[in-house]
Amino acid sequence: MAGFLAAIFFNMKIPNKSKRVVIAMSGGVDSSTAAALLKEQGYDVIGISMQLWDYTEGERDRFGGCCSLDDIYDARRVADRLDIPFYVVNFEEAFSKSVVDYFVDGYLKGETPNPCLKCNQILKFEVLLKRVMELEADFLATGHYARAVYDEERRRYLLLRGKDTSKDQSYFLFTMTQKQLSRIIFPLGDLTKIEVRKLAKKFGLNVAEKKDSQEICFAPKDYSSFVTQYAGHRIDAKGEIVDRDGKVLGMHSGLYRYTIGQRKGIGISGGEPLYVLKIDMAKNQLLVGPEDRLFSESLIARESNWIGIPSLDTEIAVLAMIRYRHKGIEAKVLPLGNNKVEVCFKMPEKSITPGQAVVFYKGDEVIGGGWIEK
Amino acid sequence: MKRIYLDNNATTPIHHEVFEAMLPYLKDEFGNPSSIHWGGRNPRKAIDEGREKVARLINCDVSEIIFTSCGSEGDNLAIKGIAESKKDKGNHIITTKIEHPAVLGACKYLAKSGFDVTFLDVDSHGMLDLDQFRKAITPKTILITIMFANNETGVIFPIEEIGKIAKEHNITFHTDAVQGVGKVPIDVKKLTIDLLTLSGHKLYAPKGIGAVYVKRGVRLVPLIHGGHQERNRRGGTENTAGIVAIGKACEIAHRDMEAEVKQITALRDRLETGLMEKISHTRLNGHPTKRIPNTVNMSFEFAEGESILLNLDMKGIAASSGSACTSGTLEPSHVLVAMGVPIEASHSSVRFSLGRGNTIEDIDYVLEVLPPIVEKMRSMSPLYSVATGQAANISFSEGGG
Repeated sequence: MAGFLAAIFFNMKIPNKSKRVVIAMSGGVDSSTAAALLKEQGYDVIGISMQLWDYTEGERDRFGGCCSLDDIYDARRVADRLDIPFYVVNFEEAFSKSVVDYFVDGYLKGETPNPCLKCNQILKFEVLLKRVMELEADFLATGHYARAVYDEERRRYLLLRGKDTSKDQSYFLFTMTQKQLSRIIFPLGDLTKIEVRKLAKKFGLNVAEKKDSQEICFAPKDYSSFVTQYAGHRIDAKGEIVDRDGKVLGMHSGLYRYTIGQRKGIGISGGEPLYVLKIDMAKNQLLVGPEDRLFSESLIARESNWIGIPSLDTEIAVLAMIRYRHKGIEAKVLPLGNNKVEVCFKMPEKSITPGQAVVFYKGDEVIGGGWIEK
Repeated sequence: MKRIYLDNNATTPIHHEVFEAMLPYLKDEFGNPSSIHWGGRNPRKAIDEGREKVARLINCDVSEIIFTSCGSEGDNLAIKGIAESKKDKGNHIITTKIEHPAVLGACKYLAKSGFDVTFLDVDSHGMLDLDQFRKAITPKTILITIMFANNETGVIFPIEEIGKIAKEHNITFHTDAVQGVGKVPIDVKKLTIDLLTLSGHKLYAPKGIGAVYVKRGVRLVPLIHGGHQERNRRGGTENTAGIVAIGKACEIAHRDMEAEVKQITALRDRLETGLMEKISHTRLNGHPTKRIPNTVNMSFEFAEGESILLNLDMKGIAASSGSACTSGTLEPSHVLVAMGVPIEASHSSVRFSLGRGNTIEDIDYVLEVLPPIVEKMRSMSPLYSVATGQAANISFSEGGG
């Protein structure tokens, strides 16, 4: 164990023990253990949980994610155990605007949004980070499995995959700016999940055995009912389901209910298996077809952000991840101007999903990424 | 670290005399006050005395006091109890938009079960429009529930006028006086109040004890059915120590109020004028004069109230803003929203509520610590830099690295 604790130590930017760190605590085992590690390393640690969604009305249930009242309770108990100050901050308004509205609008645009990514981008690294600075803290720490290191040669902060590749969360962090990276600590970057659970037990944390969060925290697994409830009045309901020849195969009950590559639940039976190929908002049509038509040779991404390089001036070769847990595919990235890029795959890739992020890697390093447009 | 307590509207420390008075009932005098044997004798006597002291403070009869577990229970008992007992006479209730959640919650509950509730507006000072109030009264109005003083701004409503109007129309009038009792003189007869809620821990007694004044002849259905306690109006074995404590606290309030009001008003003015002088872009939320003496609610524009509170906490100063919700976070204040305070200003509001224990040194410490905190927040605020033409220090939201 001493070995990897030393590794964490070297990963810290400034080994100054009187630095103040705010740890974002979700009440889960990862951020709790991260808090304990920081405390053990002698930092002046403050725990903060973000209240993001109003669970008090009793009408809103807890779903798969984090940050419910139970989780805030867990976080507070961990903070008590570690004897660190703990605050809950109310970011419901920002969350509702930046994440929930984005989520619903994404579906209404015919995309498949990624609210966890947006939550990191806006809630953690903008709203919370500002709060952290207001508390005169030097750093914000999170329980992400990722590493942030400063490269003297390139004079840049680099974002690297977490050492535990099966848990690596660098995909969710591609929007980070150099300024944000200069203020961030990922205490779990050099640990595996198994090690983290062991440490949690060693530290005597009540959350050591707690289940990992899986689903979206504010919506049920069947997200379409949430979208209906939240934005029902804005929805064009029924429309046609067509094949590539324009033949009408049936009717859909709202395009927001579908995702590219989806097979189950389309509502058409018989014949060869059909997949969602395209969500055409303009025509309110759902285009379906056989599996082989799901493959594309390229994609366009918008709002690109660069971490490993200052900007993209010329074509580069990368490994592209087109969704979280995607194994990655070799690709070339070309600048299109206006922060857009074209990503050309070495081999055709299945189910390119607008709304998700494409993140570019070289080895363990995140070069940059963007939001898939088409 | 220093500990400066300026959150007395949330709760007060227990007065040492109160603490001493209740101790015997947590130790040797443990008996059930209803017992006929020696065990019940002293507790029974202590409860009777406690009731007398509470009654004396608000000028009512001992038989008109019902002890409860807290202010919220008192509000619920009064509102639901009257609604239930008078439902054959009508179904209309009048309240305001800026009541405590206990009153709003009870009213909203009743609204779901067939009652019709009018929530009166307040003006930018947090005051009621009595004409609007008069117009809201209908032949079906059975209950008026309007707070004595607001917990967030300290604004005092014209209770005597409201009481008169209620009496003219023969409508039951309840007031949540949790923030008023002990801070300013209250005479339920003079004010023609039918029901009044008070809470122990807002007047230097511990948590877990409250009381409702119910004017003789006013019938209400109990919330807690059970034993004969409190004249069948609130079942449950009495909280003897709590009742002794609230009695003692009322006695002390009765005895010391005049001197205390003077002292606290002077401290509040020192705090208020000091902050106004030292910090630009501040606004006082509430009425400058018609308020309880201990409360200052101020907005420090372009600074986040929640951040100010955390920074004050780290300097040992306890203050508040809005009302705390379940998780301990701050909700946007429904009171400031109802007053039409702009969203930005309501997000930058801080409530200081003074108490018996505060000194000039406490106030001066706040005046020393707070201005640099607000300045620091503002230096990070893009809006402030736009408003003042200065550059903001940080921005984390800029695009690519």
